[in-house]
Amino acid sequence: MRFILLALAFLGLVPSAEAQQRTRLTVYTALENEQLAPFKQAAEAALRDVEIAWVRDSTGVITARLIAEKANPRADLVWGLSVFSLLQMEAQDMLEPYTPRGAEALRSNMRSARSPMTWTGMDAFVSAICFNTVVAQQRNLPRPTTWQDLLDPRFRGQIVMPNPNSSGTGFLTIAGWIANQGEQNAWNFMDRLHENIQQYTHSGSAPCNNAARGEFGVGLSFDMRSVTLKNQGAPIDIIVPSDGVGFDLEATAIMRGTRNLEAAKRLADFTVSHQAAELYGRYYAMLALPGVEPTVRGYPAEFAQRLVNANFAEIAAARERLLAEWQRRYDGKSAPR
Amino acid sequence: MNRALLQNLTVVRPKASADEIWLRLIQAIALLFLAIALALPLLSLLLRAFEDQQGSFVGLRNFAIYVTTPSLVRSAWNSLWTALVTTCVVIPLAFTYAYGLTRSCMAGKWLFRAVMLLPILAPSLLPALSLIYLFGNQGMLRGLMAGGSIYGPWGIIGAQIFYCFPAAAIIISVALSTADGRLYEAAEALKASRLRIFLTVTLPGAMYGLVSASVVVFTLVVTDFGIPKVIGGQFNVLATDVYKQVVGRQDLNMGAVVGLVLLIPAVLAFVLDRWAHRKRSATLTGRAIAYRPKPRRGRDIPALLFCLLVAIALLGIVAVSVWGSFIRFWPYNLTLTLDNYDFTRFDTAGWQAVWLSVKLSLITAFVGTALIFIIAYSLERGPPRSLLAAPLRFLATIPLAVPGLVLGLAFIIFFNHPANPLGIIYGTLTILVLNSIIHFYTVGHLTAVTAIRQLDPEFEAVSASLHVPIWQTFGRVTLPICLPAILEILVFLFVSAMTTVSAVIFLYGPDTKPASVSVVHMDEAGQASAAAAMACVILAISLTAKLTELTVGGLFARFTFAWRR
Repeated sequence: MRFILLALAFLGLVPSAEAQQRTRLTVYTALENEQLAPFKQAAEAALRDVEIAWVRDSTGVITARLIAEKANPRADLVWGLSVFSLLQMEAQDMLEPYTPRGAEALRSNMRSARSPMTWTGMDAFVSAICFNTVVAQQRNLPRPTTWQDLLDPRFRGQIVMPNPNSSGTGFLTIAGWIANQGEQNAWNFMDRLHENIQQYTHSGSAPCNNAARGEFGVGLSFDMRSVTLKNQGAPIDIIVPSDGVGFDLEATAIMRGTRNLEAAKRLADFTVSHQAAELYGRYYAMLALPGVEPTVRGYPAEFAQRLVNANFAEIAAARERLLAEWQRRYDGKSAPR
Repeated sequence: MNRALLQNLTVVRPKASADEIWLRLIQAIALLFLAIALALPLLSLLLRAFEDQQGSFVGLRNFAIYVTTPSLVRSAWNSLWTALVTTCVVIPLAFTYAYGLTRSCMAGKWLFRAVMLLPILAPSLLPALSLIYLFGNQGMLRGLMAGGSIYGPWGIIGAQIFYCFPAAAIIISVALSTADGRLYEAAEALKASRLRIFLTVTLPGAMYGLVSASVVVFTLVVTDFGIPKVIGGQFNVLATDVYKQVVGRQDLNMGAVVGLVLLIPAVLAFVLDRWAHRKRSATLTGRAIAYRPKPRRGRDIPALLFCLLVAIALLGIVAVSVWGSFIRFWPYNLTLTLDNYDFTRFDTAGWQAVWLSVKLSLITAFVGTALIFIIAYSLERGPPRSLLAAPLRFLATIPLAVPGLVLGLAFIIFFNHPANPLGIIYGTLTILVLNSIIHFYTVGHLTAVTAIRQLDPEFEAVSASLHVPIWQTFGRVTLPICLPAILEILVFLFVSAMTTVSAVIFLYGPDTKPASVSVVHMDEAGQASAAAAMACVILAISLTAKLTELTVGGLFARFTFAWRR
């Protein structure tokens, strides 16, 4: 019998009972792959008795998983997930209320308004245009600097964007337009943009990845993506439109029902610390903690002013209605071109 | 004397029914297993179709919302016609290919057997990338598209044909691999024309396999969301509707509704399977002489040319993405590099993910094949009017119709329930193994059933009258004759577990991330070349498994199938 158990343990079929000194926290995240190692290292250096075990996937998959696991949460903490997902989970009473030490210092629109807080923001990522300069030259496309520029008939059939019903990035993009232009104007804008769209993709990263490969000239995506692609030699420019961009927060929350509440609280404290914010600043230009200078390059100086003044709770509440309306307008009738 | 006869009878009867009791017991255990690993998880998810997000019962309201969605009818129609077109193309292709493999004397059969599986030896990302590299807007062969776009129904159909070909070819070649030579001799003696022999002997013998293969292909196309997601553009199908509800909107309730709708093909498949079952006829009776094709140029040369053509197409598509794994950045920097294989640069799990996948696939293959084959045998040779048989058959056809994503969520909801004692396997490798066995159950089951049905039940009847217990008949007759099919199932499960994404993406834990999931993550992060590289590693491992199977199978056949010659 013991032999069988040992064999099973060896094969990983039953959890091994190996005594662990450190508390192992299961952290669900949608951070980029390359961010996982430095984040883990920094957190474990700061909290010596905590070990981080990541489960990373795309925003949609990880959120669906968290919601499906609701009856018996497996994650102790969520670190680096879209605030829209967290608000959805808050509505289903899945987040543990806790105000991390020092969280009051975060910008007021980048943390939960409740007391105690249910989530805290880390940084903002913004919708942006991935513009392939080689394709642009071949097809004589002008370089867009605003969203309105994309309505130019020369872009007909050249633009790809994520389908907001499939991808959080897609929703972030249209939420930005709605917050910036007002709902009616935004729908008018999207009606006209629809004429220039070649394809609505199901994946949020596909538009920029495909623009980088020259499949399409222009991909609507978010800012973080392009750095990786540029480093590989893709001829793309990342354009943050000057007429206001929507943004989403990467945020942190403790899962209600965690079996390691004390350790989770300490990790939550770390995620709002100055040290953590410096880490976020290596990848993002807009941080939740004021007074930390981001070290990421390539952002316009007046970047912060371009961000739309978004009320996340309000947008999250209208999400269902906006998605249904979007589907009615563009998805039902969209024939392949 | 009468008395002696009676005694004799009472001796014989318990022997015969001991077999029956065994088979019934196996059926009962099998039913319990499929109930726990398939029916209950699915039910716990599908019941959500009748609840709102807060968990209160809302009756048919979700269905009402779904039916009034304007895009629904279009999606259903799109799913239907792309699946029909794919089936109509794949089945004749696969039949001709399998015919060449089993009924001709062409050269290089073993090579064609290996190449046939190429499309499922690698994650579906490889063909998707290849199609983009070949026919996309920057593609090498985009001229062939005549101005059309790969993003849409024709891209989906092209990729699905490639992807469904192996499953169809496996099932049909198993159906064609055993035939009674006497039928052919009799037909020739009666001076029947070749066409007539084909229509009256060959086709009816393979009918069950053909029906199964068609059902499998149709259902695979309807439930797969990987291909339409990447290459479908905004051509909506039912499977991408589930994706939108679950991953896009995180609405498990609506996802469950669409999941239920997708089960309709499974029910139809079940009806069709029963229909084919009634028409069944065993082709290999106890007195059969195995059919061995004799060389004939008029058949062998065209068969060789056809198989060569198909093989070149399959190889070509895969070769493009193998090349893609060695370049720096498509299409702007085509210099060759090995950097893409240094996986730790792109994903913390690195090569570990590959070894985990190998372990997962090995366990899945061996445990799964044993389960599938024994259950199929108990069904085919069990008491004909057993009450357990019908639900068992039905459950065995269900997994094919369940999109991986629905199965994955169903597993979470059932196994993660606080009251479920099986919760202990959650987050471990065991749940990934269980999930993979269930996910790929149907194709294995159909292959096993097709193989067993080629054997005359007379074998068991004779054994019973000779007082040989059924497990001996099973071990001495059924297993050796079905060995090619068993190896086929083994390798099918192995490669499927190596490449699967859709269900396990919801189930892996911090220490159990498989390589196939890594591939998706790297592609999402814009590392297409690295993703292709890991997909190629998976391909190489799967190919090794297939070649090992061919060698082992070939050696084994040399020693044990002497009677067939």
